[in-house]
Amino acid sequence: MTNSNTKVEGLRTTSRRGFLRATATAAGGLLVALYLDKHTTAQEGVKPSQIPPPPKKDYPPDAFVRVTPDNKVVIQVNRLEFGQGVHTALPLVLADELDADWSQVVSELAPAGDVYKDPLFGIQMVGGSGSIAHSFTQYRELGAKTRAMLVGAAAARWNVSPDRCRTAAGVVHGPAGQSLKYGELAADAARQPVPATVRLKEPSEFKLIGKGARRLDSRAKCDGSLKFGIDLDLPGMLVAVVARPPVWGAKVKSFDDSAARKVEGVREVFEIPVTRGGTGVAIVADRYWTAKRARDLLRVEWDDSKVERADSTRLFEQYRQLARTAGLSAAARGDAKAIERVAPADLLVAEYEFPYLSHSPMEPLNTTVRFDGDAAEVWAGSQFQTFDHMAVADVLGLKPDRVTFHTEMAGGGFGRRAVPDSHVQREAASIAKRFKGTPIKLVWPREDDVRGGYYRPMHVHRVEIGLGSDGLPHAWRHVVVGQSLLEGTPFAMMMKDGVDSSTVEGVNDTHYAVPNFSVTVHHPKVNVPVLWWRSVGHTHSAFVMETLIEELAARAKMEPLAYRRKLIRQEPETKKLLAAIDLLDEKTAAWRDRVPQGHAVGFAAHESFGTGVACAAEVSIRNGRPWIHRVTVAVDCGLAVNPLTVESQFQAGVSFGLSQLMAGGQITLKDGRVEQRNFDRYVPPYMPDAPVAVDVHIVPSAEAPTGCGEPPVPVISPAVVNALSKLTGKRYRTLPLVTV
Amino acid sequence: MAKYQLNVNGQSREVSADPSTPLLWVLREDLKMTGTKFGCGVSACGACTVHVAGVATRSCVVPIALLGERPVVTIEAMAQDPVGRAVQDAWVEKDVVQCGYCQSGQIMTAVALLRHTPRPTDANIDESLGGNLCRCATYVRIREAVHLAAQKLK
Amino acid sequence: MRISKPRTRAAGLIASALFAAFGAWALLSASNVEAKRQADKRAEGLAAWGQVYGVLTHPRCINCHTATNYPQQGDERRRHAVNVLRGPDGHGVVGLNCVSCHQKANADSTGVPGGPDWHLAPLSMRWQDENDQPLPSDEVCRQVKDPRRNGNMSPQALIKHNAEAELVLWAWEPGRRPDGTVRSTPPVSHEEFVAATRRWVEAGTPCPSGK
Repeated sequence: MTNSNTKVEGLRTTSRRGFLRATATAAGGLLVALYLDKHTTAQEGVKPSQIPPPPKKDYPPDAFVRVTPDNKVVIQVNRLEFGQGVHTALPLVLADELDADWSQVVSELAPAGDVYKDPLFGIQMVGGSGSIAHSFTQYRELGAKTRAMLVGAAAARWNVSPDRCRTAAGVVHGPAGQSLKYGELAADAARQPVPATVRLKEPSEFKLIGKGARRLDSRAKCDGSLKFGIDLDLPGMLVAVVARPPVWGAKVKSFDDSAARKVEGVREVFEIPVTRGGTGVAIVADRYWTAKRARDLLRVEWDDSKVERADSTRLFEQYRQLARTAGLSAAARGDAKAIERVAPADLLVAEYEFPYLSHSPMEPLNTTVRFDGDAAEVWAGSQFQTFDHMAVADVLGLKPDRVTFHTEMAGGGFGRRAVPDSHVQREAASIAKRFKGTPIKLVWPREDDVRGGYYRPMHVHRVEIGLGSDGLPHAWRHVVVGQSLLEGTPFAMMMKDGVDSSTVEGVNDTHYAVPNFSVTVHHPKVNVPVLWWRSVGHTHSAFVMETLIEELAARAKMEPLAYRRKLIRQEPETKKLLAAIDLLDEKTAAWRDRVPQGHAVGFAAHESFGTGVACAAEVSIRNGRPWIHRVTVAVDCGLAVNPLTVESQFQAGVSFGLSQLMAGGQITLKDGRVEQRNFDRYVPPYMPDAPVAVDVHIVPSAEAPTGCGEPPVPVISPAVVNALSKLTGKRYRTLPLVTV
Repeated sequence: MAKYQLNVNGQSREVSADPSTPLLWVLREDLKMTGTKFGCGVSACGACTVHVAGVATRSCVVPIALLGERPVVTIEAMAQDPVGRAVQDAWVEKDVVQCGYCQSGQIMTAVALLRHTPRPTDANIDESLGGNLCRCATYVRIREAVHLAAQKLK
Repeated sequence: MRISKPRTRAAGLIASALFAAFGAWALLSASNVEAKRQADKRAEGLAAWGQVYGVLTHPRCINCHTATNYPQQGDERRRHAVNVLRGPDGHGVVGLNCVSCHQKANADSTGVPGGPDWHLAPLSMRWQDENDQPLPSDEVCRQVKDPRRNGNMSPQALIKHNAEAELVLWAWEPGRRPDGTVRSTPPVSHEEFVAATRRWVEAGTPCPSGK
């Protein structure tokens, strides 16, 4: 999203978004919290004696770091952990500047709160692969300022100048060989002024950043002790499931709950509003299985007379027609009419089709709400705490500050927990409202999620390419058809002239230089809720671009990587992609031309979220499916804050990317109904589908870090398909690959 | 509702549940053992894998009425099990997990594999863990970790 | 054909005796009657076999008599979901055994079918080719009565097997699908199936001639 080429360096910084405040905890520890401007009680650079005493709360909800007398450093992570590794990486960043003892660091997920908003987006969220990119400097500052206060406390105790002290692994060392552990200084440090500015480390001084640390949540995720949102068990808690309309927006005409109510343990059956103006029937019971069983016995008559029944086959027909007409302009360079003058022999026309995709994170969607009349508490694995928090407050008729919102560990998300209309939380709040004082856990069984919408939209791309005598494209006309993700959401203001850039990203901002270049887009309105799916528009745009480029390279009889290098513009914005291609070239040179008979190697190179990625895949065909023997990835993500996590994200992320490639990776609609129900028909990649080996190479860099969560996804499908095309001579322009 | 006498992780437990209730929900909601996960409810993802009489079993499709006398072992017992501990250690050493939600099931299946096949090949691992879905798709590291656990157990 | 040979020979001996006593016309007449009787019996046996074959190739039965390394599921006989494999002895692979999901009885509350010792038939009892197409009637017929391939069962044992084996009986009590609907059952009832097996055995287990 941001393509910052700012160098990471030691700098003096001042926090402008708010100010830090240090307080002593009742237990004699140090607490550093960030206060926004609305707080008038504290200010950086002001002596603590001048400010009123801190609130009695030992542990206010806006804390970032707490140093305990027993030397623990407890760090609040300002966003959801759902696999991307931020629960380890942001504490790592803070701990490095703090010179903390890494073995003493405890990481916690922060609740919803203004102070935890993403510094760039202005809301509390995970998205745009920004977990590290956006909070890197913020957490460095927090660490450095906390360290300065601990040093100040030690210096005061020893009566020496702070700059004669140094820190390492949770200890302040004085000039005469004195030393004090952070825990011993915590109470004193709380009386130190919070420095207004602070020096950050030079990259050469980093002790943790860039070195590779294992995840802090590993053991608890391996022994079953880690609690995800769905594992929550509160006293008196009830569990709810909802019967939702078979077509979005349909309403309950009538329902017969006589059998459902007879199930022992069922407490209540009632109608609630659900997404898109529809209504559903909620069943509240003592346990999940009771509620689920009762739902099976519920008879609902639906009124779907006023809603559109989407149908994949009909939609594709419409989309193909639309793709033959110009849409809203998303990019225009050179002569738009140049393509019409291309001789047939030099013209390549390609039409691509992509289906709806479900995110289907492993942990089924869930949210727990307890409504206490004048206040409420929420527990949710949320990528969008700000929206989900406000949605619950809205449904319950409370001010947001009366609603405490806990961020729960989430079992995956891939975008599915970043829903602008907060429909899951709204359902949970609607149900909880009927049960004052009783926590209600709403669970979406897997079928509800597979059939529940909020899919990666289906798309059609139509591309016309005019080739010059040099084998390079000279004219390129590209039409994309797909529902807008932003329209009708609070993000709609990001659309420009009706164009949702997330539909065309990766095409309209391509690094390939084509003199006469035009991209237009149609955003049809369809009664299917759509949502960003890990790597968003790049899921389909990279597939189109990278299969076409390799096809053009083959036509021009040029090496695929050399062809790309020749076509990529030479400018600062393309530096990372070129660096990734160069590194991939180097790392695959030894094997890519020596693969066994029946194997072929395909390539792809694509930048997304500021990270340049190049990928090679060695593939053969087994049982009519691609068998991926080896994948090599080269990545330029700026400074790799935690190289182990970067490697992990890419190793697994390429396999996740196969979700859209392998047979079974599609959601289809027939007469308004979703045809798949569960993982038996909507089939994500299992282990036999995954590459046998993935080696990841990181371009050494001291540039500001960029995202690694989404950039692995776009490259794998085109790389595999490019290899398949070499084996079969066929072109694959429809995903998933039903037959090879 | 009926009463059932269960043997879970060596302990005798009595529960009162509808006979149709899958073992998974008895573990999670009656016995409050939430390490075993609900992913699909139709035995298509393996997140709910436990050992029933030593066999890796998808607890989400086993009605409690069909469990009989067979003892149940869950992820919560793996830290005290030599093979289980080796597998968990290998998982941590290889930094396998991402979201981690499927890993209880992956580990329970890997333990079953290693008990039967102490030196598994890549093909053995793909076959035995072929029904355990990891939506983060950490498969490459899972394979490496199973091999590492096998070495640890040598 | 092979099995029916002794009977043909016996018929021939009787025919010779008759020839000696009553002359050519009598021979011709008796031979006609006997031949017709034989032909009727064979026809009846083949018809009975046709019913048996219809059951064996019904999805409830043939889905676990594959020629491949996987079972099938559903009425459209799709490849079994989640990478389920035959394994070394037809019981799946360790960690993904048949009994990892299939219990000793149907689990209607979760939609998973079950029966005692749920497993795949060995490859020698496959009723499909490697492209998942049912084998023709004559091939299945010869295989079913071949003791070297059918688990060393005599024709009488086949009747007992079809009448009593629990996994055979399951085909008529296949339980509910995950969506709550009832699974389809073979084209004839179990009683008719057993009766057809008996008629086929009594007719000398005739098999249709191949292509």
